[in-house]
Amino acid sequence: MENFLPLHTVFNRAEILLIINQLIRNMNQYETVFIMTPVLSEDQMKEAVDKFRKHLKSKKAELVLDESWGLRKLAYPIQKKSTGFYHLFEYKMDGQELQEFEVMYKRDERILRFLTVKLDKHAIAYNEKKRKKAAEEKVVEEEA
Amino acid sequence: MAQSSSDIKYLTPIAVDTKKKKYCRFKKSGIKYIDYKDPDFLLKFVNEQGKILPRRITGTSTKYQKKVSQAVKRARHLSLMPYVADLLK
Repeated sequence: MENFLPLHTVFNRAEILLIINQLIRNMNQYETVFIMTPVLSEDQMKEAVDKFRKHLKSKKAELVLDESWGLRKLAYPIQKKSTGFYHLFEYKMDGQELQEFEVMYKRDERILRFLTVKLDKHAIAYNEKKRKKAAEEKVVEEEA
Repeated sequence: MAQSSSDIKYLTPIAVDTKKKKYCRFKKSGIKYIDYKDPDFLLKFVNEQGKILPRRITGTSTKYQKKVSQAVKRARHLSLMPYVADLLK
């Protein structure tokens, strides 16, 4: 036990707080899919997506994937709409910022549905593989 | 010679329903993650009404049945799959 110095003799109070803060801050990978109303025009849709993208950037999230699926048919009507614009974000962010982000979705009238999922290591591996495959296909298409 | 085919008698009754051993397709092919964004794949695990099929029919292991049902439920929330349907297939 004599080999270990008490923490407060090595670091001052502010430094200890900083270390604790960094330990608590957990950068996990998340994935959000959301559906926007089909009433929007193309520009309005892009603007709505931009709003969320900007918010992610302001929270120092690291965007991994930013994908639009375009207008898709819904399996069942939501708010009497049978189609919607789907968009997918994949990002690394501190989990504590997530709540605020979800509230944003809830308050936005243009959003019909959203779902945020934390990705485990298998999911991350799967998504990476999928992305690689898509990239390869793109290259093949361009060559052809 | 023509009658011989109908005259064959078996000492033991032939088994009509040969039981095929069920297996978990995820374990067999090494799939570790089930994507909820792929409704075409998940369609294999629901019946015509859109209900999740039991393990006893699909042969999926407990570990992956949990993941299948989670994925189907997420897909339903995002309206990629219906909650209720008829003639889904």
